Amino acid sequence: MATIVVDVMLKPEILDPQGKAVASALPRLGFTFATDVRQGKRFEISVEGEPTSTQLAEVEKAAEMLLSNPVIENFTVRVEK
Amino acid sequence: MKIGVVTFPGTLDDRDAARAIRYAGGEAIELWHDEADLKSVDAVILPGGFSYGDYLRCGAISRFSPVMESLIAAAQGGMPLLGICNGFQVLAEAHLIPGALTRNQHLHFLCTDQKIRIENNNTAWTNSFTEGQEIVIPLKNGEGSYQCDDETLKMLEGEGRIIARYVGENPNGSRNLIAGISNERGNIVGLMPHPEHAVDALTGPGVDGLGFFTSVLKALVSGGNK
Repeated sequence: MATIVVDVMLKPEILDPQGKAVASALPRLGFTFATDVRQGKRFEISVEGEPTSTQLAEVEKAAEMLLSNPVIENFTVRVEK
Repeated sequence: MKIGVVTFPGTLDDRDAARAIRYAGGEAIELWHDEADLKSVDAVILPGGFSYGDYLRCGAISRFSPVMESLIAAAQGGMPLLGICNGFQVLAEAHLIPGALTRNQHLHFLCTDQKIRIENNNTAWTNSFTEGQEIVIPLKNGEGSYQCDDETLKMLEGEGRIIARYVGENPNGSRNLIAGISNERGNIVGLMPHPEHAVDALTGPGVDGLGFFTSVLKALVSGGNK
């Protein structure tokens, strides 16, 4: 069994108020390393055996149609062993 | 005139929308998300709420429900369609109108009586108002910040498709104070604040919202947007 991972992130030009809230909470806890934080979503999709190229193409399609909103978000698809 | 009101799992404002239709003199017809049948309605309202629990993104799952298949085709053919709040989010997810609704800039859920200005009264849902008319209706949302790219914003401004704007301080971070927009033809309107909660002085801030519902009845009689 393999896992196909889809990461969805807001496009850089879209304001991410959740990420900003996290960024401003970090220094309050003494973590001063962050210049910026962006928050996204991760989908872990399990498939039987090794993912085929057809399956990966379908995941790409699903990511574009449902998992992300291309108006405000970008996504990446990869296989995790 | 029959105006359909769609109920998704998690919809909240379907009853208020149906009541507003009746107050305006129309007949409200219940439509169920899982049935493609539009029951011969003349126009449809997608009401507010938290359809499918706002899972994934607001409106993202509702957008693929059976009723939406029929609705998208009918609205593209010219049938008046109004999306309020969560309904606006569904319209955006269905790409019936451009842009997207994102988390309020200040991250808080907002519930307030909001002043808005009607910027375009040439749509099927705003013809009862005068251009520039200021009205007060409730605004209640967590993800009401309207966002789009610069090109789209320029197009919306240029074509007069921003049908209503917030007056005063920007309540949620929407670009250019956008409270509502329409499609090119003016039959599809997305609106973040809630006119259906302002049709009875007993339960709302006034009756300013009624105009949206009388507008569509007028448009249906005339066969155009006016």
